[in-house]
Amino acid sequence: MEERIITCIVCPMGCRLNVEAENDKIGNISGNRCSRGKTYAAEECTAPKRMLTTTVRVSGGIHPFLPVKTERAIPKGLIRQCMEEIRSVQVSAPVKAGDIIVKNICGTGVDIIATRSIPCQN
Amino acid sequence: MNYDVAIIGAGVTGAFIARELSRYDLKACLLEKEADVAMGTTKANSAIVHAGYDAKHGTLKSKLNVRGNQMMERISRELDVPFKKTGSLVLAFSEHDLATIKDLYENGLKNGVPGLRLLNAEEVIRLEPNVNPNILGALYAPSAGIVCPYELAIGAVENAVDNGVDLKLECEVRDIRCTGDIFELITGKGAIRSNYVVNASGLQADIISSMVQETEFSIRPRKGEYLLMDKTMGNMVNTVIFQPPTRMGKGILVTPTVDGNLLTGPTAEDVDDRDDVSTSPSGMRRIMEEAKKLVPNLGFRDVITSFAGLRAAPDTGDFVIEASRKVKGFINAAGIESPGLTAAPAIGEYVLELLKEQGLALKPKDNFNPIRKSIVHFRDLNDNDRNELIRKNPMYGSIVCRCETVTEGEIVDSIRRPAGAKNLDAVKRRTRAGMGRCQGGFCTPRVVDILSRELGIPPEEVTKKGLGSNILLGKRG
Amino acid sequence: MLKVDLAVIGGGPAGLAAALEARKNGIENILIIEREKELGGILQQCIHNGFGLHYFGEELTGPEYAERFVEQVKKEGIAYKTSTMVLDIRPDRTITAVNSTDGLIKISAACIILAMGCRERTRGTLNIPGDRPAGIFTAGTAQRFVNMEGYMPGKKVVILGSGDIGLIMARRLTLEGAEVKMVCELLPYSGGLTRNIVQCLEDYNIPLRLSHTVVKIHGKDRLKGVTVAKVDSNRQPIKGTEEYVECDTLLLSVGLIPENELSRGAGIQIDPVTSGPVVDERMATSVEGIFACGNVVHVHDLVDNVTMESITAGRNAAKYILSCKDTRSVGRSIKTVPGHGVRYIVPQRISDLENIEELKLFFRTNDVYRNALVVVHFGQKTLYSAKRQKLAPGEMETVKLKSEALAELVCDTSCDELKVDIEL
Ligand SMILES: Cc1cc2nc3c(=O)[nH]c(=O)nc-3n(C[C@H](O)[C@H](O)[C@H](O)COP(=O)(O)OP(=O)(O)OC[C@H]3O[C@@H](n4cnc5c(N)ncnc54)[C@H](O)[C@@H]3O)c2cc1C
Ligand SMILES: Cc1cc2nc3c(=O)[nH]c(=O)nc-3n(C[C@H](O)[C@H](O)[C@H](O)COP(=O)(O)OP(=O)(O)OC[C@H]3O[C@@H](n4cnc5c(N)ncnc54)[C@H](O)[C@@H]3O)c2cc1C
Ligand code: SF4
Repeated sequence: MEERIITCIVCPMGCRLNVEAENDKIGNISGNRCSRGKTYAAEECTAPKRMLTTTVRVSGGIHPFLPVKTERAIPKGLIRQCMEEIRSVQVSAPVKAGDIIVKNICGTGVDIIATRSIPCQN
Repeated sequence: MNYDVAIIGAGVTGAFIARELSRYDLKACLLEKEADVAMGTTKANSAIVHAGYDAKHGTLKSKLNVRGNQMMERISRELDVPFKKTGSLVLAFSEHDLATIKDLYENGLKNGVPGLRLLNAEEVIRLEPNVNPNILGALYAPSAGIVCPYELAIGAVENAVDNGVDLKLECEVRDIRCTGDIFELITGKGAIRSNYVVNASGLQADIISSMVQETEFSIRPRKGEYLLMDKTMGNMVNTVIFQPPTRMGKGILVTPTVDGNLLTGPTAEDVDDRDDVSTSPSGMRRIMEEAKKLVPNLGFRDVITSFAGLRAAPDTGDFVIEASRKVKGFINAAGIESPGLTAAPAIGEYVLELLKEQGLALKPKDNFNPIRKSIVHFRDLNDNDRNELIRKNPMYGSIVCRCETVTEGEIVDSIRRPAGAKNLDAVKRRTRAGMGRCQGGFCTPRVVDILSRELGIPPEEVTKKGLGSNILLGKRG
Repeated sequence: MLKVDLAVIGGGPAGLAAALEARKNGIENILIIEREKELGGILQQCIHNGFGLHYFGEELTGPEYAERFVEQVKKEGIAYKTSTMVLDIRPDRTITAVNSTDGLIKISAACIILAMGCRERTRGTLNIPGDRPAGIFTAGTAQRFVNMEGYMPGKKVVILGSGDIGLIMARRLTLEGAEVKMVCELLPYSGGLTRNIVQCLEDYNIPLRLSHTVVKIHGKDRLKGVTVAKVDSNRQPIKGTEEYVECDTLLLSVGLIPENELSRGAGIQIDPVTSGPVVDERMATSVEGIFACGNVVHVHDLVDNVTMESITAGRNAAKYILSCKDTRSVGRSIKTVPGHGVRYIVPQRISDLENIEELKLFFRTNDVYRNALVVVHFGQKTLYSAKRQKLAPGEMETVKLKSEALAELVCDTSCDELKVDIEL
């Protein structure tokens, strides 16, 4: 089995994980300080995922842009495609944190949600 | 439009010539290639109002220096620009230095510099407790002082514009044609016709001069780099502290600035490029080494920025202020190296005399207003005045630059007044927004916003210092 | 003159958490003063995720983290003034602030909590030689332009400094279509969190050049390029390693400095290493009745730590207001001393030994250490010792002393120095 070293990015501890892997088969994982690291390592070797955060235009609000994120991590390879789709989106105030801005972005099954509230101007 | 006088270059020289002219009933214009006034040598120098002991007796430099120094108090009052008569010291560390300052003292007496005194070491330390204790003595010149060089020029231009002079920015003079009695100036913004032309174009003065005549002088750019230190260092010295001069010039000095920072420099290095105001690691190190010889307590930790200026050094060794002997109506105000800032008001008077000799009719205006009011600086007011100001205009209650406590009201004023600011650096020079500790980190987005709103342009078109210096490169996405 | 029990200067996560905790501990008359037009502090522009894992146990973005506190402050009915800048604080706890609607505001506060956060270091402080064109930004300013205002500071970017904001912006600008050419770091290690190196640089194949710096800036109007060079172990550029990199933008991510001009004005003692006020374990400063918390005390990488620290400040401020006991006259005090490998420790002193319940020491190392021991000495005694896989200056470390250790501090009156060492 091949051994890979990856850095866990789930939390700021940034553990160095030793992963034994062969193709899609994951063997022993070590170096993690918590169980989330194990899940991450396995996923990173087979189907890496990332959270995406960006902004969308909002009209009539106290700010011109609304910060948003993917509700869950999405496949890393789809990040740029998702950015493209989000770029064309525009919403109107008011927006509440947690509002769904784009449903099922790029067919990932993951929604884009607002990460803050933006009340109307005045 | 046919002008009586066109002045090329809106540095401090052009500014005071324009202001002098605006006393009279005539049409004058001030042409400047940059997007703001005072963008050349006037922007970056030592800001000293020299007493006048070092210019060699008998030169035009010495005469105009002493006269300019005398005028500065009144000028600063009329134009409402900061001027502090701090006095200056030339320190002596060796017998040789003592002889040098003795010579300076005698030259100064001949030039008519008031109040000069040779001090012993004790007297120096009493005046300046932070200077190198190894000094042997110093030359004290109580009439020396400090100004804000660009504010002096801005004040003079605003006053000139208020009194009817046309200021044309981003208007570079590319050629001059003489047809009969009239000059035609070919500029980036079309042709401008004028009966008289004054060349106050600083580093370009030999080039401009040779557009109309064979020119006998040439200008060599000589770079001077500076380090600016935090306000916490501002009271390290009370006066302007010079090294004894050498053949290369006045050497490195340490001085407070009118804004309360500490300034040290300049280096002296001949360069080829007339635009090269870059700073160098070797220059910075040299300044610090030399400055520490004067004031040992200095260090790089207190430096907030570095900058450089170019001296327009003429090969004649003296100011070249004269009417052309070949082409009537063309006047050079060239080779204005140090103490050009000090001399500027006197140069203004002197050039007027030359114009008169050339036949320009000077009929005083009855409505000339010598008074220019500076931007009201919120940070300098007491509580009552601050409240009054905010009540009248709530924009004075909104702080845009936190380090220098600059309000939105001041920024808007700097944009709207005559010869107003059109870009970020222009706002900065007039209000100090962005000049403090954070060097614009905090206020840049806000000032960009205000400029965009006031000038009616999109934020992407707001520049740092004119054409091609856009701050933002487009919208997202 | 407005009279309040507690004035909180700064409405970022530190100020908000401190105000909420003071309210919880019985303080009614609180005023938060914030210069921005809304509460939330720097978090409002940090749209990326990575906040709150420790405090909320979930991963939030900056605005989400902020909103939780802002909502609570509103629910609690704690008074706040936004778009209001504090200009001056006196040692007698009178505050001068200003805004457009009230004009100058004078406030007399029984107690003050400083929570002004920090500012970014700039190019001037670094003295990079060269021209002065447009196109040089601090990373945080660029972040504000992109995330809040929707403008691109540039298209071809070099980032100087590997602080977290720079790393986050490398990814952000790449996603927005810019080309980030490289991140140069003067030191042989990164100043940012490892996870940010992975997810912001490695994911996008952005090179990280360690032991490199920008030695010259080119371009008169807009930036045209920079010269980068390798540096030696004394951080001096090595001749012959210069390389010209074409770019229109240079982002500086060279660190943050606590914003303490107001604190200095109030006569508060500042630690030259942290650039923040010297505080004790209650977050009390050297001036009676003035507490401080968050980035104004020392720069945090994790907002969760800011929140914890601010809760401490809020609780002790409440205690002070209710008891009116001078925060300085507390008898014996112990100094914390950075030992081998440690750059600084917060708190700098421990002063209320009688009432001490728990003690957390925050510190940063001065170098990268692997598999090293963190040891806390009190005179001859060792109060704490634990192995850490990796210690780096970019990551703040904490040590929590157990009650037995605290008992030692209280009982052994012969010693007044608590020392933290890194042992290999
Ligand atoms: C390092 C240094 C230190 C100094 N220290 C002092 C000091 O302490 N005290 C003192 O009294 N003096 C000092 N001086 C001298 C002083 O700064 C100068 O004498 C003075 O600023 C010169 O002003 P100016 O208007 O002649 O030139 P500038 O300020 O250079 O103005 C010339 C203007 O002409 C414009 N221009 C050029 N070509 C054209 C064109 N073709 N078309 C349109 N516009 C054009 C330029 O853009 C510029 O704005 C110092 C100088 C230097 C360099
Ligand atoms: C760009 C960036 C990225 C970060 N990324 C992460 C991350 O991924 N994960 C994480 O956990 N942490 C992160 N942090 C750290 C965390 O966000 C900060 O430590 C935290 O915001 C500090 O909180 P604070 O309240 O001390 O300061 P701030 O949030 O800066 O708040 C200070 C407030 O005080 C106000 N203020 C200052 N002076 C005055 C005055 N004179 N009058 C009135 N108001 C004033 C300011 O406007 C500001 O709102 C990041 C920080 C930055 C800057
Ligand atoms: S393994 Fe657990 S502790 Fe380590 S970085 Fe990943 S999430 Fe954090």
